Amino acid sequence: MIRLAPVFGLVTLIAAGLALQGLIAIDVVSRYVVPPPSEVLAALGRIVVEEQVPARFLLTSAETFAAGLLILTAGVPAGFWLYHSRPFRRAFEPWVAAWAAAPLVLAYPLFLVLFGRSSITIVILGVAAGTAPVILKTVEGLAATRTVLIDVGRSLRLTRGQMFRKILFPAAMPAIFTGLRLGLTFSLINIVGVEFLINLGGLGQLINELAERYDLAGTYAAIGFVLLASMLFFVCLEHIERWLRRAYG
Amino acid sequence: MAAARLRLIAAVAIMAAWEALAASGLLFRDVVPSLWYIAKALAITLADPAFYRNLGVTSGEFLMAVSVGGLAGASAGLALGANRFLAAAYERWVHYLAPVPKIIFFPALLLAFGAGPGSKIAMGAISCFFPVAISVASGVRAVRPVLLNVGHGFRATTWQMATKIYLPAVREPLLNGLRLGFGVAAIGILLAETKLSKAGIGFLVMDSYRRFDMPGMYALLILVVLLVAAVNAALTRLNRN
Repeated sequence: MIRLAPVFGLVTLIAAGLALQGLIAIDVVSRYVVPPPSEVLAALGRIVVEEQVPARFLLTSAETFAAGLLILTAGVPAGFWLYHSRPFRRAFEPWVAAWAAAPLVLAYPLFLVLFGRSSITIVILGVAAGTAPVILKTVEGLAATRTVLIDVGRSLRLTRGQMFRKILFPAAMPAIFTGLRLGLTFSLINIVGVEFLINLGGLGQLINELAERYDLAGTYAAIGFVLLASMLFFVCLEHIERWLRRAYG
Repeated sequence: MAAARLRLIAAVAIMAAWEALAASGLLFRDVVPSLWYIAKALAITLADPAFYRNLGVTSGEFLMAVSVGGLAGASAGLALGANRFLAAAYERWVHYLAPVPKIIFFPALLLAFGAGPGSKIAMGAISCFFPVAISVASGVRAVRPVLLNVGHGFRATTWQMATKIYLPAVREPLLNGLRLGFGVAAIGILLAETKLSKAGIGFLVMDSYRRFDMPGMYALLILVVLLVAAVNAALTRLNRN
């Protein structure tokens, strides 16, 4: 019975779409607020061709990838440094926690003034929003490494680099990945959000433009496309995490 | 003690660097204003009744959004956590939708709820729903079987099972989910206010930007960050207790 549940879930979602189509057809739901799902599906092909969706998708992906790379290269070493320096950790971990909780995206007008209206600003905002969770989770993961493993490393006289590669990093990897997933989520929210708000760049701008043209079916199709892109992004991240876990045992 | 000293040194160094940058002329005038101007703007903002009026609007939207999104998320989480079939059917969709930037729904919400507080409340509620639902679902699954057996042994009713066993057991994940949900709801509502609104803190920030009142914008950002950090700290403390 449980094995049929995913199919049941998919069927009920399709049924909900069909029910919505029916409600729109008999004017219970206004087609000027929610377009019929059939029109949204038909608009998917149109926006891919007419609105340069592949190029926009590549731009948003490139911005997210650049932000992700910067988050990883800044966040993990910063976490490693805080873990090793106890006074600094005690002093600044609460600051990093406050940074993680701050709604930095609200400062986007400030970033526009400082860095100009460009993709660089969008990437900087993505990095600013996504680095703190990676730092916090890296510290948490490293601090949770079992003492016996560290003692084994010490008894084998591992260097600092070997200790990190062979013991600390594999032990902290699940926490680092949790932090990375959180960081990338915040980063993606900021990147697509700012693209939408300042009407610049990739998929966020596409939704804004279509909404301003009151192309309802196109707007919903673009929303569907961002949903799909976001799901694919996080499914890929999950696969990379599993692969890395297998590689490091 | 050493930590406090380090914090003090860092704070002084940051302020000195800021003042040096403000005086250097490297950036446009007013982009990095002197701390004195920011402090003055902070005092003006705190004395301005318009700030409290707009803060009231945003706070009202927050409360409504977190109530609606939190309640819906907790109900969905309870259903997903307690029923394996429902979890297998729908939980993956909840997980897939959770990290999606919710601002993309704003055009649809504007059409459905208008340009007033309704669309902002809906925006915040959607943002808050997912972390609460995911956290409560995993919390329900983590309830120790022995507790459930004790409940069944005492022939507890469904209501008693919910209030005496499930609810105390999921209190921590619920508060954790609400803490996360509060953060994303704050982002959603403030962003929606910057996009299209006539009131609220997001509107005030955009108003400062349009007037190029940079000290005023810094003051507002500082106040928002302090407010969000205070609520976050309160929820964390509540969770610990």
